[in-house]
Amino acid sequence: MAFETIPKPEDVRASAALTDEIRAHFTWENARAMLAGLPGGKLNIAHEALDAQVAAGHGGAPAMTWLGKDGTRREFTYEDLRAQTARFANVLYAHGLGVGDRLYGLMGREAELYIAALGTLKAGLVFSPLFSAFGPEPIRTRMEIGEAKALVTTASIYKRKVAPWWRDLPSLKAIFIVGDEAPEGCVALGPAMAAASPDFAPVPMDPEDTALIHFTSGTTGKPKGAVHVHGAVAYHAMTGRFALEMAPGRRYWCTADPGWVTGTSYGIIAPLVNRVHMLVDEADFDLDRWYSTLQTEKIEIWYTAPTAIRMMMRAGDAAAAPYDFSALRFLASVGEPLNPEAVVWGKRVFGRPFHDNWWQTETGGIVIANTQAMDIKPGSMGKPLPGQVAGIVERDGDGVRECKEGEIGELALRPGWPSMMRAYLHEQARYDKCFVGGWYLTGDLAMRDADGYFWFVGRADDLIKTSGHLIGPFEVESALIEHEAVAEAGVIGLPDETAGEIVRAYVCLNPGFEPSEELEKSIRGLARRKLGPAVAPREVVFRNTLPKTRSGKIMRRLLKARELGLPEGDISTLESDES
Amino acid sequence: MTEDEIRAAHLAALTDVAPDLSADDIGPDDHLQDDLELDSMDVLNLVAALHKATGVDIPEADYPQIATLRLAVPYLARRMAA
Repeated sequence: MAFETIPKPEDVRASAALTDEIRAHFTWENARAMLAGLPGGKLNIAHEALDAQVAAGHGGAPAMTWLGKDGTRREFTYEDLRAQTARFANVLYAHGLGVGDRLYGLMGREAELYIAALGTLKAGLVFSPLFSAFGPEPIRTRMEIGEAKALVTTASIYKRKVAPWWRDLPSLKAIFIVGDEAPEGCVALGPAMAAASPDFAPVPMDPEDTALIHFTSGTTGKPKGAVHVHGAVAYHAMTGRFALEMAPGRRYWCTADPGWVTGTSYGIIAPLVNRVHMLVDEADFDLDRWYSTLQTEKIEIWYTAPTAIRMMMRAGDAAAAPYDFSALRFLASVGEPLNPEAVVWGKRVFGRPFHDNWWQTETGGIVIANTQAMDIKPGSMGKPLPGQVAGIVERDGDGVRECKEGEIGELALRPGWPSMMRAYLHEQARYDKCFVGGWYLTGDLAMRDADGYFWFVGRADDLIKTSGHLIGPFEVESALIEHEAVAEAGVIGLPDETAGEIVRAYVCLNPGFEPSEELEKSIRGLARRKLGPAVAPREVVFRNTLPKTRSGKIMRRLLKARELGLPEGDISTLESDES
Repeated sequence: MTEDEIRAAHLAALTDVAPDLSADDIGPDDHLQDDLELDSMDVLNLVAALHKATGVDIPEADYPQIATLRLAVPYLARRMAA
């Protein structure tokens, strides 16, 4: 069925941060004017987020309310975070770390993670977040690629996922452990912070200096480290306002984990730069906890993800009925396309529709969005934000051809906005491949309708989008073949009504092994131990052989087409078929 | 089903969803997400497997009541008796 456009009433339109008037006259100077900056054209993300707010007289304003899994509640003002991040920066220098060194964060949503991220940026080091549910292999690979100098983690994660191998990583100089005690060879952060000075002037950085490295999966080869710069903060400031309606004092909840780019750009930087009062919940999704948090914390802006929204929908309207959501003024969703049913459901249950938006690790910030002033076409990702030029293109020899209205092609962007990635770390060739004919090619297939709204269609490559995470099949296949029984593996994403897609693996066995339920569990178990539950396959199926090209590449696209009963497309390169 | 049978069915469902775990290592108070590191999709799959094994349909709002083995066994027994 087709979904009707959700029109915005005049008062909502008029209240929007991004009006048609602002859109029409926007230049990048408008975005840069949102920043305080440092003398000599320098800046620092942490200065914009904290020190500049305190200097402007807002030190006492609430910055972060932190809710622990066990019911603990901690409140931080802007001055509290300024001082804590200064202590952290001083601890880094005291341990011989300096500007440009790469520090990795590996923990759940503990308050210390937010302090570590901003303290690292304040000190001029580069921060790289890792998802705490990763298994040891994705962690190690990412720390090796980035030549990690330091790590901040918890004692429990250290023991389970880092202790066995970190001494083989020659670049690693310091491991900081949250709390008052640390295993041998590590630094306990509690006493080190207490002993450090609460004063540290943010290091003045060039706008093009590296601030963050976010890892993202590739179809082939190792994960790629997308390099982002301090100057990106202009885009975080601007999109926080235009796409998410951030304004000083507004109560804001981003449910994303800082282990992924959304949880950093919009879970740490954009909200603080816009001086909102942000909520951080350490716990994972829990229906009643989330509904009561929206109510009791009087959340006004809520940025969440399709998987969570669909889990709420499954519980039905009645589960939401006892709660008061009247504080909500803007709801947004990102991670994978939000199905139209969920947009409409949001309007019925919360009184406001979800605003889907689109971006990716490489773009550093929201690019295409349904904004407050726009009518919503349920299922569409919206229109490009000011300053962005988006197109639909088809690769054509060495260049690209622009597609017509309604035609499906690859979503492409004109490069040059402040939060665009500047490199894939140590991977110039892979970076260069993203740019063709003056466009940055996103890898997503989409189409644009007659009104200029963009619609997501699928991935142009073999990457899998599950619960908002982008998974590279190669990384999963590499872990699977470490099982003694597995000779070859092909990994694809299959549609799933809650997660968007789930990871499924097809494996061929080595001689001497026979398919069995026990073996299936043993393979899945090994993958979960190595990769963590978010990345490991949920299903493993056995095949005698896998479809391959002449050069021996497994044709994942063919596995998927057959599984879904879709046309097999061009199979001229197929050399040996599956059985 | 007796409580022992329910416990065995629960452990079988859990180690099927998360075969990195072994039934012997799962303590009665281990929390599905905090200690056993299940993610939210694992929990959904566990709920589906428990439904298959016991016939009990567990609504989202009751998920905290199956968060540990010690909570889940009497909860399932109660729901099966009802």
